[in-house]
Amino acid sequence: MELRAQVPSGPLEERWTRHRSEIQLVAPANKPKHHIIVVGSGLAGASAAASLAELGYEVSCFCFQDSPRRAHSIAAQGGINAAKNYQNDGDSVFRLFHDTIKGGDFRAREANVYRLAEISTQIIDQCVAQGVPFAREYGGLLANRSFGGVQVSRTFYARGQTGQQLLLGAYQALSRQIGRGKVRMYARHEMLDLVVAQGAARGIIARDLVSGARTAHVADAVVLATGGYANVYYLSTNARGCNATAIWRAYRRGAAFANPCFTQIHPTCIPPAGHHQSKLTLMSESLRNDGRIWVPLQAGDTRAADQIPDAERDYYLERQYPSYGNLVPRDVASRRAKDVCDQGRGVGPGGRGVYLDLRDAMARLGRHVIVERYGNLFEMYERITGEDPYQVPMRIYPAPHYTMGGLWVDYHLMSTVPGLFVIGEANFSDHGANRLGASALMQGLADGYFVLPYTIGHYLAQAALPKMDAGHAAVRDTDAQVDERLRTLLAGKGRHGADHFHRELGKVMWDECGMSRRAEGLKAAIERIRALREEFQADLYVGGSGAELNQSLEHAGRVADFLEVGELLCQDALHRDESCGCHFRDEYQTPDGEARRDDARFSYVAAWQFMGAGKPPMLHKEPLSFEVVHPSQRSYK
Amino acid sequence: MSGVVLHVWRQAAPATPGRFERYQVEGVTAEMSFLEVLDLLNETLRARHEEPIAFDHDCREGICGACGMVINGRPHGPRRATTACQLHMRHFPPGVEIWVEPWRAKAFPVIKDLVVDRRAFDRIIQAGGFVSVRTGSAPEANAIPVRKHDADLAMDAAACIGCGACVAACPNASAMLFVGAKVAHLGLLPQGQPERYQRARQMVEMMEAEGFGACTNHGECMAACPKEISIDFIAALNRDYLRAAFGAYPSEGAGEPTEG
Repeated sequence: MELRAQVPSGPLEERWTRHRSEIQLVAPANKPKHHIIVVGSGLAGASAAASLAELGYEVSCFCFQDSPRRAHSIAAQGGINAAKNYQNDGDSVFRLFHDTIKGGDFRAREANVYRLAEISTQIIDQCVAQGVPFAREYGGLLANRSFGGVQVSRTFYARGQTGQQLLLGAYQALSRQIGRGKVRMYARHEMLDLVVAQGAARGIIARDLVSGARTAHVADAVVLATGGYANVYYLSTNARGCNATAIWRAYRRGAAFANPCFTQIHPTCIPPAGHHQSKLTLMSESLRNDGRIWVPLQAGDTRAADQIPDAERDYYLERQYPSYGNLVPRDVASRRAKDVCDQGRGVGPGGRGVYLDLRDAMARLGRHVIVERYGNLFEMYERITGEDPYQVPMRIYPAPHYTMGGLWVDYHLMSTVPGLFVIGEANFSDHGANRLGASALMQGLADGYFVLPYTIGHYLAQAALPKMDAGHAAVRDTDAQVDERLRTLLAGKGRHGADHFHRELGKVMWDECGMSRRAEGLKAAIERIRALREEFQADLYVGGSGAELNQSLEHAGRVADFLEVGELLCQDALHRDESCGCHFRDEYQTPDGEARRDDARFSYVAAWQFMGAGKPPMLHKEPLSFEVVHPSQRSYK
Repeated sequence: MSGVVLHVWRQAAPATPGRFERYQVEGVTAEMSFLEVLDLLNETLRARHEEPIAFDHDCREGICGACGMVINGRPHGPRRATTACQLHMRHFPPGVEIWVEPWRAKAFPVIKDLVVDRRAFDRIIQAGGFVSVRTGSAPEANAIPVRKHDADLAMDAAACIGCGACVAACPNASAMLFVGAKVAHLGLLPQGQPERYQRARQMVEMMEAEGFGACTNHGECMAACPKEISIDFIAALNRDYLRAAFGAYPSEGAGEPTEG
């Protein structure tokens, strides 16, 4: 396997524009002859499917939910970045690029990130034209707010429901194409394998989740827009259905998996309440704009928050990072929260929580401003915890949220399997070792609206693909393997449902491969995960049949894959003997507890190749060279 | 809180008759969400090698719209502005008996247990719930100012999560709140004007074709809506629909062109 990033040459700021004019096109008359499969209907998938259909391609789109509108992008709260500089505060494409590279701790590809920053402005134009009701100023123009890790206000938002509104925009564009017969939509269908024939991605095997029927779909290219794998931690801010099966199956068919250990733990989530907790809820990072984060100065201080005078509070982010204060990047904010809780100064049940306090902002701005900015978030908090955040400061604690790692892609967003494209959170491309707030929505839509529709044409224009139908040997073999896997799962007559194993896996991952990691712990975790896989095989119970709606079977298949993803994640974390961004190895830190990168040894993308079941994966390195931004130690002090 | 009695609608398939099944669930805590009680019950059922209850759910933070079930006679249960996934057990007295059943509407056929088929909503959006704007063709975002009041109102309407509670609550199983919310969201913005009236007509026609009933102003939809979408949007829809129906906006050729 060779990693060819295909990054064009020339000055950074001209590369995408020039490249776009130079890559090959598919003639309008030929586009309908190409069938493209898009798996996933979130921001990346829906925007790609709609845009490809507008161009004239024949498109099929798949999602496991009952409607494409439910993809997990819908839950993104805070906002979307764009270098519009509407606030006249010195923002620019270069600054957004620079912030993203630095925020990612110099582990992303410069050319990709520059392109992302460049496209960001078009995304806002597109979404406004679709009718996305972004927040506006009294003069009728678009409003902005600031977000963690940057010093300009470039975030566009629609109350605390930005992801919902952007997704509905993309969903409506997709719906228009479905209505015109240009996209065939397969809701309640789950991709269970990738079909590779003569070295190229040529289709998928999907299961109709209602009837249980397996169906084969053949295409000229396959686009995975299936999101991240944060549910490997069991408890995360992801929706319950989010899973890694599509990308993991593609990995097993030859797509390299890049930087799996780059997983983001979000600092502002509602702490878990008990054993039966089924997911964790994020409180938008935008709250950090007006909220102040603190814990009691003294360990073991059990007084109620309003009984603790200011002098006995430790606003630890403001103290440690005077220039960024409460707006330090997510990885930093999460680690500092863990530190103060480890010191016994955490608040709430079990001492795993810190206060996010809007008291001062309410006094300064008035309650009505806080209601307008964060009203829905406050309500959500009250519903979950039973506490009124207008009276008592919110308690927050870090939780797994986003995965920067994902399938390796080149500049065209194509994986190491020709014809397999990966977009949005499912790929590894733009966020390096840490993603900045409000950048996931930007990347999902950039990939789907403005990058993939060009680059996929370049592939289709030159790929000489033989005609193929569902009777092809590659399709039949893949389908037989899927059938076998489903039968094995259904045969499980053990004592535990998949939930049990998922919870166990999550605990191992959170303890040993979460906010901080150590070589010894990671080695132990790998052993434990292997043992857990054996327990899963021996002791799983699924029940029911494969020929009906069987949610236990769906979950079991996803957990089976997570049990393999978890091991690769730990292996990657173990091999990377440095700390960078969200990957924090206890052994590699500066005297004041910041991440210590090792650029001499680790300035590369780690891309893992599947070598067969039971065999260790092979590591390939894509070196990262920085021509424009010189890597430095990140400082938010 | 520890023991809770659930009466859950069990139905194996669309054409099979269903019935309520009684379950005693132990170990329920006040912090648990209602869906976590169903999780707990399902784990118990699986351990007894009985069939777990099928129900739709995903984000579990009240935004994806996947979950939906009638709890003690009310869509999403007794709490105002709260989806089933955000309903916590602290709002029920200890030892409570809870009846759980699927949305009941002709246009939302039951698939299994509490899972219904809501694709009719998608087809209504496909009929016109969009602005026809090609990727790449948009003007500069700030080129068209929008009154803050209009943008805010559009956002109120756009907050709909498409869960279907409005239909489940309506004695006529009407989808007018769902349609009204989308028509108002796009109709309040300058970007939505060119297709405003044909959108209203096409969406209403599809709604009727899908077998949803007519609106007779009961207002149950608004009371059940977890996002508190106002029935004022139904009035706005009626205005736009009437204008479209009474000829000011031609019906022929107003649909989507097949090419371009």
